[in-house]
Amino acid sequence: MRSAPLFGVSSGVNELLQKVLAGQPRAVARLLTLVENSEVEAQTAVSHLYPHTGNAHIIGITGPPGAGKSSLVTALAKTLRRQGFRLGIIAVDPSSPFTGGALLGDRVRMRDLAGDRGVFIRSMASRGSLGGLARATSAAIQVLDAAGYDKILLETVGAGQAEVDVASAAHTTLVIEAPGMGDDVQSIKAGILEIADILVVNKADKPGADHTVKSLEMMLHLGPLGGTRHHGRVLAAPQMVAEKAKDAWQIPVLRTVAITEGGIELLAERVVAHRAHLLATGQWLARERARSEREVERLLQDRLLARLQTAVLPTEREVLLTAVAQRQIDPYTAADQLMALVLKKR
Amino acid sequence: MTAEERKPRILIAKPGLDGHDRGAKVIARALRDAGMEVIYTGLRQTPEMVVEAALQEDVDAIGLSILSGAHNTLIPRIMTLLAENDMSDVPVFLGGIIPPEDAEAMKALGVAGVFGPGASIDEISTFIWGVIRGE
Repeated sequence: MRSAPLFGVSSGVNELLQKVLAGQPRAVARLLTLVENSEVEAQTAVSHLYPHTGNAHIIGITGPPGAGKSSLVTALAKTLRRQGFRLGIIAVDPSSPFTGGALLGDRVRMRDLAGDRGVFIRSMASRGSLGGLARATSAAIQVLDAAGYDKILLETVGAGQAEVDVASAAHTTLVIEAPGMGDDVQSIKAGILEIADILVVNKADKPGADHTVKSLEMMLHLGPLGGTRHHGRVLAAPQMVAEKAKDAWQIPVLRTVAITEGGIELLAERVVAHRAHLLATGQWLARERARSEREVERLLQDRLLARLQTAVLPTEREVLLTAVAQRQIDPYTAADQLMALVLKKR
Repeated sequence: MTAEERKPRILIAKPGLDGHDRGAKVIARALRDAGMEVIYTGLRQTPEMVVEAALQEDVDAIGLSILSGAHNTLIPRIMTLLAENDMSDVPVFLGGIIPPEDAEAMKALGVAGVFGPGASIDEISTFIWGVIRGE
């Protein structure tokens, strides 16, 4: 494939990274391919770029399929562009579990952003990840951050109830709902609604919008923290109490009609305000810490799994799995024995 | 899922003003089923939009569907823009209605393949695997 040789020589790496830091779109695109295709190259890239990151405001956009995420991202991007921000957009769509192929169609809704050099759009396939993002998404965010994009809009795959990874990848999480997608009980279930910093009822010109808004507002008021709790990763209880007492962010429920840009000015205003709020209250750092923890843990898990693959012979693995299937040993014991093999052969 | 993973990334776009995108969708779907990652941009793409999307998405090939007869205008412009962006190495293939005499002209401009009505999905998929492997 075309991009293969670029990383072969270290002067090539250097040149590419310098071009990324200078914000050259072609270099950014190439590097995104490399980090997406290879953990090794992702590591090389991120370790060089990391000192230049940390400036971007990462905004996650999630919600069920058809709620209007791509249209909303486009409308929000147009508004943020008018305010002068340079934007990176990462749009994740699902990969087929059968063929590994993917149809990445988010650009269909984003045609209004074409021709604007202040916007860089990248489609990403989820490649088997189940949390609503792709494995390489966080590395891709680092690349766009280092390339100087002020705000990074991260659109997840159409999310059901449990795809909450976006909350630990983003500073500000928007959960998009549309009218007519379930009764009141849906809104008090655990999961995706809990991660919202801003709740958006899109297609607000459709029947049932008032009902959806009311359901969401009720959900917020039923919460133990009266609508002020936060983020994907659960904070320690004392922190949460402190957050409520002094630094409460009121989660707004906003109405939008993305295709006519209705309500988008207010949404953009709240998005920018949320960043200011995080910075003013010290929660920005808390979220960065939670994000870092998540990321390091994920990499550690990957490494342990990789070690499992090299430390355990296929025959050893086969013997154990067969024994479990034949009810000779239980799955817990098998896992313990595999773990012992991993730890022994270091 | 392994640490090293390469998937062909293919842009499927429909430049020009006719609204018949069924063919492009059929191809996009077929390439998806062949294990490729297809970036589908939809209708009414300008040459500038096509090249910008190809650049940002770092695609391995560009597939264009044109039924309007505008290929003699659109394709030279797209090939020029690709060259200006140092992207002449990205293979371009065409589908739709391209008369045989024009197909030769398209190839002379650097188009890697032209597929008219009757071309099979297998044929197109094999062709794409071939060009992105540099065969």
